[in-house]
Amino acid sequence: MIPKPLELRINGDLMRTSASPVRTLLEFLRYDVGLTGSKQGCDKGDCGACTVLVDGKPILSCITLAHEVSGCSVETVESLAQGAALHPLQQAFVTRGAAQCGFCTPGMLMSAKALFDSSEPVTRDGIRRALAGNLCRCTGYTKIIDAVEDASDGQADSPGDAK
Amino acid sequence: MTSSKHRRVGKRAPKIDAYEAVTGRTQYADDLTFPGMLHAKLVRSPHAHARLLNIDGRRALQLEGVHAIITGKDMPTPYGILPWTQDEYALCLERALFVGDAVACVAAVDETTAFRAAELVDVEYEVLPHVLDPGEALLEGAVKVNDFAKKGNVTKHVHLEFGSPDEELGRSDIVAGGDYFFEGNTHVPIEPHCAIGVMEPTGVLTVISSTQVPHYLHRELSRVLEIPYNRVRVIQPAVGGAFGGKSEPFDLEFCVGKLAMITGRPVKLLYTREELFYSHRGRHPMKMTYKLGAMRDGTLTACDARTLIDGGAYASFGLVTSYYSGQLVPGPLRLSAYRFDSTRVYTNKPACGPKRGHGSVQPRFAFEVTLDRLAEQMNLDPIEIRRRNAIEAGERTINELLIRSTGFVECLGRVEEASQWKEKYRKLPFGRGVGVAGSSYITGTNYPIYPNEMPQSAVQLKVDRSGRITIFSGVSEIGQGANSMLATVAAEELGVEDQAIRVVTGDTDLTPVDLGAYSSRITLMAGNACRIAAEAVATRIRRAAAGRWDCAPEDVELVGGNVLGSGEEVPFAEAVTWAESDEGTLSEVGHYNTPRDVHGSYRGGTIGASPAYSFTAHVAEVTVDDETGVVKVERIWVAHDAGKALNRTIVEGQMEGSAYMGFAEAILEAQVFHPTGLHQGPSLLDYRIPTTLDTPDLVSIIVESDDPEGPYGAKEAGEGPLHPSIPAIANAIYDAVGIRVDTLPFSPSQVLSLLSAKRAEVEKPRV
Repeated sequence: MIPKPLELRINGDLMRTSASPVRTLLEFLRYDVGLTGSKQGCDKGDCGACTVLVDGKPILSCITLAHEVSGCSVETVESLAQGAALHPLQQAFVTRGAAQCGFCTPGMLMSAKALFDSSEPVTRDGIRRALAGNLCRCTGYTKIIDAVEDASDGQADSPGDAK
Repeated sequence: MTSSKHRRVGKRAPKIDAYEAVTGRTQYADDLTFPGMLHAKLVRSPHAHARLLNIDGRRALQLEGVHAIITGKDMPTPYGILPWTQDEYALCLERALFVGDAVACVAAVDETTAFRAAELVDVEYEVLPHVLDPGEALLEGAVKVNDFAKKGNVTKHVHLEFGSPDEELGRSDIVAGGDYFFEGNTHVPIEPHCAIGVMEPTGVLTVISSTQVPHYLHRELSRVLEIPYNRVRVIQPAVGGAFGGKSEPFDLEFCVGKLAMITGRPVKLLYTREELFYSHRGRHPMKMTYKLGAMRDGTLTACDARTLIDGGAYASFGLVTSYYSGQLVPGPLRLSAYRFDSTRVYTNKPACGPKRGHGSVQPRFAFEVTLDRLAEQMNLDPIEIRRRNAIEAGERTINELLIRSTGFVECLGRVEEASQWKEKYRKLPFGRGVGVAGSSYITGTNYPIYPNEMPQSAVQLKVDRSGRITIFSGVSEIGQGANSMLATVAAEELGVEDQAIRVVTGDTDLTPVDLGAYSSRITLMAGNACRIAAEAVATRIRRAAAGRWDCAPEDVELVGGNVLGSGEEVPFAEAVTWAESDEGTLSEVGHYNTPRDVHGSYRGGTIGASPAYSFTAHVAEVTVDDETGVVKVERIWVAHDAGKALNRTIVEGQMEGSAYMGFAEAILEAQVFHPTGLHQGPSLLDYRIPTTLDTPDLVSIIVESDDPEGPYGAKEAGEGPLHPSIPAIANAIYDAVGIRVDTLPFSPSQVLSLLSAKRAEVEKPRV
């Protein structure tokens, strides 16, 4: 299909480009922009590995067309760290061993970030609900929930033997 | 060496690759692209069994952007992961043996064009009768599934007998038994399989693949594609989960190789999620009949097991599965006699293979539930009966497997205490219950997949003048922490921080051979190899420093990034330059081979023989809703004897992930096929894997028995802790509502029908 002009903000940078009307946001990010952090696990909106934030809200980029987010601000996992400094969620994932194979991690972090940025008080049940759309096959989720809880408590930089 | 002496081993530390993972920088196969890269798609059979009369690719080739199409005739050499059962082709040659069997492959400029081209390939099939049930496949006159089967549809029949099981059962005071059915299920890594073939102008074919066995893939690519072994390179980038599902060569790896050779362009093939359910190689369905006897004092006598294994269309690791289904059962306990009879059968379904806890998760369910029945009949606490019969270190199991270390009794005690077992067992209100189960698992196999005398694992360790340490190893990092384990060992021996270490793995051009990430072998084998290499480097550094300080090499210590002795202290890097000045470039090799003399003294006694066995005990607590039949697993306490946890965080992660996966198999997952051979629901919406909301609380308790063969005493932790989840949940359901769920998964409909049968039994008027 013939590409159509597309303007959006990705990780803070304004992009004036073009994309096919049938290009998904995930394909656009991975193959056109070269941001491969967001993953394709099912291409059907079932696994959550492609989760990115659009204007701060988590969405499944594999079932969203690039043109649907025209004019919006998209945040991917690549935007989390500020220079060499990891986001508290990233640091907590590292410390707690919340990433094993790492394939679900980018989507998991973006869903967690939406919760982290919200004004809601963070509880373990709340974390479970916020991450319910992100499948992980390695961890049994325990260490992921621990990590999000740590980051929300501001304990992310404490040593690993916290447990 | 006591654990207090370890500086690095036994601590918590981040995985060395965690920083890349959380920043999205980790490169998986599908993240890689090459200039001019083509995309390939497989054409798959819509029939469970069909003869290929003709494959016409003309319409596909006419489509703009299509570059090539290949069929089975382009790669007619049969292959298979085990040299004794090479019974499949890269693409079907004459017949398709299951719905989804790949018959052709197309390469095109982009994925969309490749999809369209695959639909335009005209395949003329002669549909043949098919057989899906393993019992029917064994009947006289059943349709022959796989031509390579020597006898009927049997992949392998194993019958082994130890002692006199009939006599022992005959003299037993009590015999319990049951008929069990374990439905198959599949791995579901979140990363779909992906491979890229790149033909170098020098005539070297590089295949980049999300495999967990680069070495075996290397061998089979050379054989099937008929390229010299030394002109194939396999690169395994980061793998997004595997669980056994990427532990043999797959159609896509041969196809991208062949298409790259034909087109001269890089070719990528990424499975769709649906394709994973058909490529499968997951947990075998097993029908099991178990009998187990005991004396009145609680001493176990004999176990008698019969198992029918549904293998699907190809052998895969099936020969080993057949043995494991019996060989790994006695494990934690002492028996006076044992017999097992296992038959793996071909059917027209996707082939089953190794999934985490290969071949032994199903019989473990049958055995542990039978043991629970036995304990109940004897009015013995089910933890107590296991404790009384636990095998001790230095003993051999009834089938002659040598147990060098065991923490099983401690595992039982730890879950008993943590779960408040004594206050709960048989004491919780109706609808709530606790159950226990135990298990044992191999830490690698004493004998490799293809017979040879070479090391199973090797590590090259090089130190440069900056003090930077690079470890080259053929191990496969699949999320389990193999790379971090190597770094931990080197950091321990050389007294440096992880940041000084780089680990290079998963590239057959750059690294010495390791056989791969299967059978929970890497920590023990590559860990030992790495320790030997690092010790050799440390010895040279000590010698160089001792020469300058006029002290004995044993008095030189490597610690905190420094080298000290005799009141002197220099940075590690400076001591490295001394060692290099004295004896040349600082690089050493370590390798590990298994103890070959340790196995059963009978035919088949090498299968199941392992350098070390791990032990596990679980207690599960469940709530059963007798109105809806829904089983909610509230919590699982997991105690696992890992010998020595080299990194406690990583070991806990393996324990939790294993327990989660066992829970998933118990409650949710089933690989079920329609009578036509179609998968009932090949998507993550229909095949439901647990979310954060489904998964119970998982409590991991590390037990350390300090194994004499493992590095620093370490044994496996990645597979053993899956096994007891399922029987512990089944036994907890019995404690909760008094029904025996002998069929997996424990669905609401099964629970409801068993509950209503039980009520009918209770209400039946006595005559």
